[in-house]
Amino acid sequence: MRGDGVWGWRAVQLVTVLVYVFMFAPILAVIILSFNASRFGGFPLTGFSLQWYGRLMENDAVVRAFTTSLWIGTLTAIICTVLGIMAALALVRYEFPGKVWVNSLIVGPVLVPETVLGVGLLLTNRWIGSKPNFLLLLCGHVLLSLPYVVLIVQARLIGVKRVYEEAAMSLGASRLQTFREITLPLIMPAVFAGLLLAFTISFDNVTASVFWRPAGVETMPTQILSMLKVSISPEVNALGTLMILVTVGVPLIGGITSRLMMQRRR
Amino acid sequence: MAASLLTAAEQRRPWLLLSPTLLALVALMIVPIIVMFSYTFYTFQTAGVETPGFNTGNWAEFFSDSYYHRFLWKTFRISAITAILCALMGYPPAYFIAMSGFRHKWLLLLLLIVPFWISFTIRTFSWIHILGEQGAINATLIGLGIINEPLPLLYNEGSVIMGMIHFLLPYVILNIYVSLEGIDRNLISAARTLGCTGWQAFREVTLPLSLPGLGAGLLLSFVLAAGTYVTPQILGGQGDALFGNLIFSTIMRELNWPMGSTLSIVLLVLLGILAVIYSRYMGLSTIFKGLSR
Repeated sequence: MRGDGVWGWRAVQLVTVLVYVFMFAPILAVIILSFNASRFGGFPLTGFSLQWYGRLMENDAVVRAFTTSLWIGTLTAIICTVLGIMAALALVRYEFPGKVWVNSLIVGPVLVPETVLGVGLLLTNRWIGSKPNFLLLLCGHVLLSLPYVVLIVQARLIGVKRVYEEAAMSLGASRLQTFREITLPLIMPAVFAGLLLAFTISFDNVTASVFWRPAGVETMPTQILSMLKVSISPEVNALGTLMILVTVGVPLIGGITSRLMMQRRR
Repeated sequence: MAASLLTAAEQRRPWLLLSPTLLALVALMIVPIIVMFSYTFYTFQTAGVETPGFNTGNWAEFFSDSYYHRFLWKTFRISAITAILCALMGYPPAYFIAMSGFRHKWLLLLLLIVPFWISFTIRTFSWIHILGEQGAINATLIGLGIINEPLPLLYNEGSVIMGMIHFLLPYVILNIYVSLEGIDRNLISAARTLGCTGWQAFREVTLPLSLPGLGAGLLLSFVLAAGTYVTPQILGGQGDALFGNLIFSTIMRELNWPMGSTLSIVLLVLLGILAVIYSRYMGLSTIFKGLSR
C-alpha cells in the first residue's frame, strides 16, 4: 500500500469503530443504568442495586403486558410458520399463472408504511362494527410477520434439490410423507429462523400495535411507551434490559443450538 | 380422462397451499386499503361520527390547506437529512467489513444484526440517556465543571434525527455491504496495476460499482424515516411532529376517520412508490442473501 492508502484505510477503521460505538453506547447506557441505585433514571451512577428488577416483578401492569406479548408472539410465530411453509412450497415447487403477482402481494406488508397498515386494519375492524380485540392484534401481527417467514423459507427451499423429493415419491411415499420425512427436515433451519423472526417482530412491534390493541391491554413495547410518558424511571431501564436479554438471547441460543444440531447430524 | 383429472388437481395444488396466505393478505391489507380509500370520501361530523357518501371535501382540504403541506415538507426534509447522514456514516463500516482481511468480520456482521433483535422502543428511548438532562453528555460536562446548567440536547429536531439514524444505520450498512461484497476484486487490482492510486481506484471503480447499494440504502432509510411517528413522539418536542404523528393524532385523538384515512392514503401513495422502486432496484431477496451469508 502506498502512503495515501494507509491513511485512507486508517480513517475507514476509525469511522467504523465510532459508528459501532454510536450504535451500542446508548443500549449499554440502558443496561448500566438499570443497576444504578439512584431513584432517577439517568446519570450519574450512585451505586449498584438490583432493587429495580424487584420492583418490576411486583408491577402487575408489566407482568400482564409481558404475558400478553408472550402469547401473541407465540401464536403469531406458529400461524406465520404454518402459512409461510405452505406458501413457500407453492411458490418454489410449482409453476402457475400469476406467480409474479402473488410474489408482489406477499412482500406488500413490508412496502406499505406500518402506520398505514395500522390505520387501515383498525378502520376495517370498526367498519365491520367491532371494537379492537385480541384477535385484531393477533391478525395484525400475522400480517406484519408473514412476508419475512415466506421469504426465509422460500430462500432455503430453493437450495433443496428436487431430486430428494422425487426419489421418495418414486419409492412410493405419499406427498405428505415426502414432506414430513424429506422436505421438512431439510428446511428445518429456515423454519426455526422463521419462527424466531415472527416471534421477535410481534414481541417488538409498537408502531402498529398502538392502533390495534384493545382498550386497557398493553403489549410489552406499548407498556414501555406509556411508562415513558411520565418520566424515564429506573424501572424502565430494568425492563429494557430484561427485554434485551430475551430478544437477543433467544435468537443467539437458537442459532447456536441449531448449528450444533447440524454438526452432530453430519 | 384420468390424466386430465390429475393435472387439474395438480394445477389446483399451489392455490390450495397459497390460499390461507392470500386470504390473510387480502383480508388484512387489501380490503383495509380499499375501506380506507372509500372513507376519504365520507363526511366528518364530530369526533368518532361520520356520514357515508361521496364528498371530496377531505381531499380539497388536503390540497388547499398549507397546514398539511408544511407537515409534508418537514417530513421530507427531516427524512432526507436522516437518509444522507445514514449513507455518510454507513459507507465506511460497510467498506471495512467488505474489504478488510479482519479475521472477526463475522462478529461485525453479527453486531449489525443484533440491533434488529433489540426492541425499537428501547433503542429509541436509550438516547434519552445520552442526550437528556441526566444523560451521559450533560453528566460528564457538569462533572468536569465545564458547564453548570445541562445543555438542551433532547426534544428537538436534532435528537429526532439522531434516533432515526440510530435505528436505520444497520439497514443502510447491510445494503451497502451487500453491494460492495459483490464487486469483483480483480477489477480493483487491475486499476491499481494500471497505475491508479488507492483513492483513484476507489473513486473510479469501487464507488461507482457500489452505487446500487448506496442508492438502495438511501431510499430505504428515507422511506422508513418518513413513515415513523414513534421516534418524534419519544425524542421530539412540541414542534417536531412529523406526518406520521399527524395521522396518529387525527385518528386516535380527534377521531376524525375520514381525514385520517385521507392522510394515510397520501402517505401510502408517496412512500409506496418509493418502496416499490426500492424493491425493484435492490430486491428484498438480495438483502436476505446478505443476511443469511
